[in-house]
Amino acid sequence: MATLELRGITKRFPGVLANDSVDLKVSSGEILGLLGENGAGKTTLMNILYGLYSADEGEILIDDVPQSFAGPGDAIAAGIGMVHQHFMLVPVFTVTENVVLGVEPVGPGGVINIKEAKREVREISQRYGLEVDPDAIIEDIPVGIQQRVEIIKVLFRNAEFLIFDEPTAVLTPQEIEEFFGILNGLREAGKAIIFITHKLKEVIEVSDDIAVLRRGAMVGGADPATTTEADLANLMVGRPVELVVAKEDSEPGAQVLTVSDLVVLDDRDQVAVNSISFDVKAGEIVGVAGVQGNGQTELVEALTGLRGVAAGTVTIGGKDVTHATPRQIHESSVAHVPEDRQRSGLVMSFSITENMVLDGYYHEPYSSGIKMDWDSARSKAEELVEQYDVRTPGTEVAANTLSGGNQQKVIVAREFGRDVQLVVASQPTRGIDVGSIEYIHERIVEERDQGAALLIVSTELDEVMALSDRILVMFDGKVVAEYRGGAVTAEEIGLAMAGAAT
Amino acid sequence: MTAAATTPDAVIVRTPAEIKRSRYLGITYLFLAVVVLWFFARWSVDLGNFTFKLARPTDPSAPDLTLSAGRVTLIVGVILAAMGGVQLARGFGKMNNLVLAIGLFLFIFAFLGWATAQSSIGAFSMVGMMKTTIVRSVPITLGALAGVMSERVAVINIAIEGQLLGGAFVAVVVASPLTGGEDPTLILGSPIGGWIGVGAAVFAGMLLAWVLAVLSIRYVVDQIIVGVVITIFVTGMTSFLALRWLADNPELNKGPIFKSIGIPLLSDIPFLGPVLFDHNIFVFGSFILVAFLTFLLFRTRWGLRARAVGEHPKAADTLGVNVYRTRYLNVIIGGAVAGFGGAFFTLGSVGRFDENMTNGRGFIGLAAMIFGRWHPVGAMAAGLVFGFADAMSQTLGILQTGIPSEFLGMVPFIATILVVAGLVGKARPPAADGQPYIKQ
Amino acid sequence: MTEPQLPPETPAEDNESAEPESRWTAFMNDLTGVNVDWRSALLVPVLAIIAALAVSVVIIVVSDIELWREFSLSALGDAIGQAGSAMWALFTGSFGSLAAVSSTLAFSAPLILAGLSVAIGFKAGLFNIGAEGQMLMGGMAAVALGITIDIPVFLNVPLAVIGAMIGGGIWGGIAGLLRARTGAHEVITTIMLNSIAGLAVIWMLSTDFFQPEGRQDPVSEDIAVSARLPRLLGFLDRNDLRVHFGIVVALLAAYAIYWVLFKSTIGFEFRAVGFNPDAAHYAGMKVTWLYVSVMGLAGGLAGIAGMTQINGLLYRASPGFAAGIGFDAISLALLGRSHPAGVVAAGFLFGALRAGGLDMQVATDVPIDLIGVIQALVVVFIAAPALIRAIFRVKTGEEIGQLTTGWGT
Ligand SMILES: Nc1ncnc2c1ncn2[C@@H]1O[C@H](COP(=O)(O)OP(=O)(O)O)[C@@H](O)[C@H]1O
Ligand SMILES: [Mg+2]
Repeated sequence: MATLELRGITKRFPGVLANDSVDLKVSSGEILGLLGENGAGKTTLMNILYGLYSADEGEILIDDVPQSFAGPGDAIAAGIGMVHQHFMLVPVFTVTENVVLGVEPVGPGGVINIKEAKREVREISQRYGLEVDPDAIIEDIPVGIQQRVEIIKVLFRNAEFLIFDEPTAVLTPQEIEEFFGILNGLREAGKAIIFITHKLKEVIEVSDDIAVLRRGAMVGGADPATTTEADLANLMVGRPVELVVAKEDSEPGAQVLTVSDLVVLDDRDQVAVNSISFDVKAGEIVGVAGVQGNGQTELVEALTGLRGVAAGTVTIGGKDVTHATPRQIHESSVAHVPEDRQRSGLVMSFSITENMVLDGYYHEPYSSGIKMDWDSARSKAEELVEQYDVRTPGTEVAANTLSGGNQQKVIVAREFGRDVQLVVASQPTRGIDVGSIEYIHERIVEERDQGAALLIVSTELDEVMALSDRILVMFDGKVVAEYRGGAVTAEEIGLAMAGAAT
Repeated sequence: MTAAATTPDAVIVRTPAEIKRSRYLGITYLFLAVVVLWFFARWSVDLGNFTFKLARPTDPSAPDLTLSAGRVTLIVGVILAAMGGVQLARGFGKMNNLVLAIGLFLFIFAFLGWATAQSSIGAFSMVGMMKTTIVRSVPITLGALAGVMSERVAVINIAIEGQLLGGAFVAVVVASPLTGGEDPTLILGSPIGGWIGVGAAVFAGMLLAWVLAVLSIRYVVDQIIVGVVITIFVTGMTSFLALRWLADNPELNKGPIFKSIGIPLLSDIPFLGPVLFDHNIFVFGSFILVAFLTFLLFRTRWGLRARAVGEHPKAADTLGVNVYRTRYLNVIIGGAVAGFGGAFFTLGSVGRFDENMTNGRGFIGLAAMIFGRWHPVGAMAAGLVFGFADAMSQTLGILQTGIPSEFLGMVPFIATILVVAGLVGKARPPAADGQPYIKQ
Repeated sequence: MTEPQLPPETPAEDNESAEPESRWTAFMNDLTGVNVDWRSALLVPVLAIIAALAVSVVIIVVSDIELWREFSLSALGDAIGQAGSAMWALFTGSFGSLAAVSSTLAFSAPLILAGLSVAIGFKAGLFNIGAEGQMLMGGMAAVALGITIDIPVFLNVPLAVIGAMIGGGIWGGIAGLLRARTGAHEVITTIMLNSIAGLAVIWMLSTDFFQPEGRQDPVSEDIAVSARLPRLLGFLDRNDLRVHFGIVVALLAAYAIYWVLFKSTIGFEFRAVGFNPDAAHYAGMKVTWLYVSVMGLAGGLAGIAGMTQINGLLYRASPGFAAGIGFDAISLALLGRSHPAGVVAAGFLFGALRAGGLDMQVATDVPIDLIGVIQALVVVFIAAPALIRAIFRVKTGEEIGQLTTGWGT
């Protein structure tokens, strides 16, 4: 029986102590659940174990023999395999090419024996029940299948120790069940497994043992048989966590956003939003649930003027904005919290002041239209930083010096810090800490209570369920189901997310 | 649950981008049709005949092609107009690029016919022009191959121009004193000193590529800037040394010239023989390199890893592929190819070095790489297109069409702009192209 | 744009100087009213120049052909002597006398203008390699006006400036338009437009409009005297004091660009697009229009640079009158970190190199092309401060990181 052990692992990034003397142990035939909120240092720890980062202090032992990994190659050779949080698949390669990359079966002259490779891929996929077409191109297959490819990759290298970094984040509830089946199968086959998540339910359901990481340090363990979600939450965050968002019943008013028969194309000119219709009323939060890549991104971009509309109409506050520019949408009192804050929500090397006026810079009081008034921009920024609890040394520091949660608060402050009739927020709390999540949720509810209409798109089902007065489920570019908030279970929504309702 | 009303699926037959491109293409065809009919066919009454010679005077084995210019231009004009109409009305779908190629071919054919008939000579050597096309395409193809090798591992190589120029200089400076005019030791039609010169050029290309690699991979300097600076450096350095060494020592600037070798049997094929199989080692070398690099990139383990590094370096890294080493290696191989291409300018052509003699061919090579969709075979095809533009402007100069020679000289540059503007549709570069890879 | 990136190997000797704000820095801040870390702002450029000059001395010595013919200590001594006198000539030719300084300033004018052209491109995330062609087009516009219009100098010179700006602006705008409408990368299109402009100038100079009667070679008529940029030291009545009004135009332009970039709304848009086009688009800025206007403005600046060549120095056009200044401008903008003040300082330096380089070539037979090499080396050292750190064993600021975008975008 093989064991893998980490002792006193410490890793510092500039300004962050990502891992603080962490100990960890896992043996064959065991699933260790590693729990920790966003930014706790789970990925960093696993990257060290996998040879991607080198630890500043501490050691890795396999069967009590200290190891030194110069790179992932060494870790792989030692029997460690990792399924990364962000898949490590080459999108334009086939399944087989991805699986064999780095350990290719070759003939004379270094020519890849692709037939042999395919045969081996097929064999593994049959042995572990991981069905996939070896010739499919990665970018053409759904994430659930891509994950299978990742698992096959690891098994192809004969890994004994398997690391799964937040594998369930991209799956539907049903796919998660299926995935747990695979995990159990691997455990039966005698593999040692580290399963990383920040979801309490999952870790209790599948693990044999639980370890909790907080702010880089190991804060304790728990026995899945006896522990409760509340205990784990407390351990993970360091204080009791309110698991639900407190809010009154909504009192919907007039229709603010009306979408009818909307068709939107994606970057590859395929239909991404397929003729959908819905509305959002004043004083109401409408949540859009769905697995990533089912048209939510394109929907939001079309509503906010960032992407052209192929057919259908969009009206906001009675005004037709189907073909409006982002600026015109902004001027119709619409707040937009974009999906990827670093890609499009912020200019990372701009100061907080500059980011606070990023979309309002061109009008009073920030400018005369030609000349910027930096003094008034600065005082507005200072006011918003104060009001929205942005933790920063000042308004003149660059946005890239802030933590993810505070960056998100800058965006929320900018977008909510003026009178708005409609809020379109995409993944408003992705990848940020629990404190910031709670804060942003409160603000969203507050906007509703002040009479705004809100459309919240999130792949976190818990978030959608906690916030929404009404829930739309998107699948394959369509709204396949609609529920009243609070009157539906996760299982029902999960079925719809998987397309079962069509 | 209130089931959402099921709406019919949206049916998108042609995407907006497609429609837009169709419109551009359609208008282009109509424009070409007007040019052909208005400018060329206008004189159709007394336009007379034109003759394309398909064989060289020495091997009169192929017949000449003689046609009536008036009829040809009229027919081509009508076909182009029809194509424009169809393109505007409904497009050619998947055949768009094929139709574009046919359209351009017809236009150029009509144009050459008209120009020939107009000129007092009334005939020109088609075989000569095609041969020139191949020869002129060589440095562009080789430059493009250098680009392919390095961009496939996601390092932008805009230093190709500098690598070509450096290769050209080093080749002649090394080969001249070694051969000193004549040398009896001939291998494949050229003195051994010539081969050493080629080797030195290859080495110079590798050295410059190594600098590019170190600065962009290790010191993470912006790759485009590094490339431009290397080109500026080489331009300055070769001019400096040309003045300091070559101006007063002409014997240092008299390199051997590699002669053409006719491949037995193949070079006797009418038309194709002289065009394809009677060249010097640089031309054959570029053919071989295209085949070899294609094999390397798409059949071997090494190629799979290189492409993975260009598409998703982190994925490659997590599988134990050494991203940095792969990048260094590929960029330096690309440099070797470009250095070889540089030697063509001197040892494969005029035998002497002139300041800035590459004259932007490296940058055109870069465009050929994009046009060729980052594929060696595509790079060669694109190189041939540019070679043809070059050869045609030369032919038109001989025919004395009255078009100012400066305008003819612009043709390759304008063609390059049209290519990068996506006249032929967009291709995807390697996903990580230009991005440094940073490991913690 | 990605987050600031660290080189794969950061040197570990970072903790030695805890950087107390030096008295000198405090003095400079008081003096200039600008609050920056002068040590790190100037350290790298100054050391880069020193390193580049040192390398160029080595190049002169090593490239001495006598040394290669037959090596001897005396030949080595001669070579080193030549390198020494070359450096001395470089210095005296640029700062050694009033005439030298005047010549430095005269060369600086177009360099600063073209440098601003490239710098504003970088600020907006565009790499304008086309300053050379834009200079040619701007210069030809100035020639066209100068040979046809003869009005008082205080009208004719502004007219030349405006004409050149339009001429160069159109040429730059084409590249911007191509980028905006088709995604054609400006690096390639501007290089091609340079070649096209070069040929177009030769053609234009063969037309009756430009060519003086009776001439067959490509050269234009002389521009009207009223279109010439006045000589600043004209009152001294010396022929060799060539500094002209162009340097004033260049400094005014630098200030104007500074104001535009940091005080105006459109400058805010330029910088936002430069750092993150996606965020700019999200914020409602018209990214495509910005590409066109940045390239138009850049072309306009380069056009004025071309005008100063014609109206300040040559008084008529011949092929290649841009003299490679458009390419020097790239190194110059990088040395000046794309900041107008930096560009002005770098412009003076490069002007000095050009002025001194001429003397060097005449006095010591070392070809002036060496200054191109020096400039390229300066940029290498600037762009990779890690090299400077390694050579001089000092602590420096960060690498300049990504200024351009690849083909994919
Ligand atoms: N490459 C890096 N450079 C600097 N800081 C990093 C880097 N990777 C992670 N961090 C920081 O280290 C901490 C832990 O991150 P991570 O291991 O990704 O957490 P988790 O996976 O638990 O969400 C975070 O504060 C994060 O910002
Ligand atoms: Mg993580």
